[in-house]
Amino acid sequence: MGTISLKNINKSFGSTEVLKQLSLDIQDGEFLTLVGPSGCGKSTLLKIIAGLEQQNSGDVIIDDKNVNSTRASKRDLAMVFQSYALYPHLTVRKNLETPLKLRDYSFVERLPLVGNFVPSRKEKKKSIDDLVFKTSETLKITELLDRKPGQLSGGQRQRAALGRAMVREPVAFLMDEPLSNLDAALRVHMRSELSELHNSLKTTFIYVTHDQAEALTMSTRMAVMIDGELLQLDTPSEVYNNPSSLRVAEFVGSPKINTFAAQISSDGSVEFMGIKLERKFNTNSQKALVAVRPEHLEITKDSNKPAFEATVSYRENLGSDIFYHVQVDQSDFKIIVRGSPQAGLISNGETVRISLSHAEAMLFETSGERIR
Amino acid sequence: MLARHYIGESWKHGLLIIGALIVLIPFYMMVSMSLKSQQEIQSISGGLVGAQEIQTFPVCTKHGYTEEVCTMRPYKYNFWFAFKKAPIPRYLMNGLIVTVSIFLIQVLIALPCSYALAKLRFKGREFVFSMVLFCLLIPVHAIALPLYVMLAKAGLVDTYAALIIPWTISVFGIFLMRQFFMTVPDELIDAARMDGMGEYSIVWKVMLPVAIPALLAFAIFSVVAHWNDYFWPRIVITGNRDLFTPPLGIREFRGGIDSDEFGPMMASIVTVTIPLIVAFIVAQKRFVEGITMTGMK
Repeated sequence: MGTISLKNINKSFGSTEVLKQLSLDIQDGEFLTLVGPSGCGKSTLLKIIAGLEQQNSGDVIIDDKNVNSTRASKRDLAMVFQSYALYPHLTVRKNLETPLKLRDYSFVERLPLVGNFVPSRKEKKKSIDDLVFKTSETLKITELLDRKPGQLSGGQRQRAALGRAMVREPVAFLMDEPLSNLDAALRVHMRSELSELHNSLKTTFIYVTHDQAEALTMSTRMAVMIDGELLQLDTPSEVYNNPSSLRVAEFVGSPKINTFAAQISSDGSVEFMGIKLERKFNTNSQKALVAVRPEHLEITKDSNKPAFEATVSYRENLGSDIFYHVQVDQSDFKIIVRGSPQAGLISNGETVRISLSHAEAMLFETSGERIR
Repeated sequence: MLARHYIGESWKHGLLIIGALIVLIPFYMMVSMSLKSQQEIQSISGGLVGAQEIQTFPVCTKHGYTEEVCTMRPYKYNFWFAFKKAPIPRYLMNGLIVTVSIFLIQVLIALPCSYALAKLRFKGREFVFSMVLFCLLIPVHAIALPLYVMLAKAGLVDTYAALIIPWTISVFGIFLMRQFFMTVPDELIDAARMDGMGEYSIVWKVMLPVAIPALLAFAIFSVVAHWNDYFWPRIVITGNRDLFTPPLGIREFRGGIDSDEFGPMMASIVTVTIPLIVAFIVAQKRFVEGITMTGMK
């Protein structure tokens, strides 16, 4: 089992409030990503779950047990750190053995020399050896067991750190940006490996990252945190397509979502940049913000379609996609439009007509709340 | 252009060579004098090793040895007579006991202290640390008298304890290790806590092995200072020659009828210095290749 729930967690360092009344329910076996910009309190939250940091108020409940006053090691969680945090003076094998020895051996059995004479240690040692071997097989690090962390590459260290977490067979894994020290190609590769690992272990994963790509690709559900608050908790596709507030919409998605000032008429129809949305909205406000993702805008040559004119100022060619940064009305207002490479390249300085590809867009209050 | 470059470089090297000579010449003289005869030392002749003529040494016969025993080559005489005149192995042993005990106890105290100062959050931590810094400013000589009185009242004068106890808390060690521990990532400590280690286990099983390069640096400071210390042993060892440390032992060669015989004196100094030199040639290698933090990032 591995259900974890957080109830009204508050945490502040001195006068800075890091977490504000945060509540979160994590189901057994899910891959939950805590995502947010740096400094939003997600790592602190993970440390509170782990027991490495004490919350000012609120409860942490693991498998229906309140663990507020339980020590980190007794919570039966395992953590993978950004810098891997392997013991630099021990071989990979010893690194993997350490948590097991500390958990299974009694005080006497752990003593150097004397411990060897305790008969029960032999059996325990055998089961530890088996576990270490099994884990190293799963992670394909068996041939690295006798090396020290200093002799390993980044990816290998990452695996060793995962191994040290896995050997304990914990109720949940906590991961604090475990992939951010790897190079781009390896990171993408490890993403799929972590997902596979999660599928085979079926254990709860709580994964902290500032990289929304990791959150979108791996998680069952993602929790978007900004400024110590949990803004939205939902499946990645729901968070991307149906964000609850403008802050979430702006944080998730790359390139960033475009926002336009819009006018709302008394009948609820919305107009921005000369384009009228098909749907009518039920709201009392007259002014609002329309947000459109770059892939929902298109460069059109069809003069019948409602569109607005803009000048291409910068072109990002990613191969599969091209993103045009365009400038509207000679002002500083810039938006990003996705173009397909098949349509041919448009050079900087050209004027283009931009329209909505689905005549559909999200509407937000000027304060940031979603208007549905 | 090139010539000027070389002139600039040679100027620097010249200065460094002069500096090195200032340090090395006394060593050269010490080794040279420990090998030569008294006449050669006094007439400043004979180069590094002297003529090494077999001769009879008058100071030796004055000490009651037969002429036959006192006839040998100067280098042999100097070292033989140094060991005859003073129990040098005993002094070396005392030096070893004192410096090693001091260092071990210093580490035993400094590591938990500096771990707490660097990695644990508690009220007054900054104040405690500023007190540590303040203690760095107190010269030994200022507190020597009260220390002596304390030890004397406790009846510890003329014991090993008197040589060791005042040095067991090294504020310099606490400061040095604290600075080193500040560079150890918190994640390593968090990982150890997740694995189930208590704070003391973290100090001895994680921080100690990680800190070996810094500890070696501290060992050099500590061992050199206390091996060479003359001031404190001179104060607390008042009569018992069995407790003399090497610097006190060397003093045996001064004063008395043969006070101006430099050969055996220099031979004893060479004997006292060699262990340090050997220790540091060995330690230096470990120092460079020691377990570094490369495994971390």
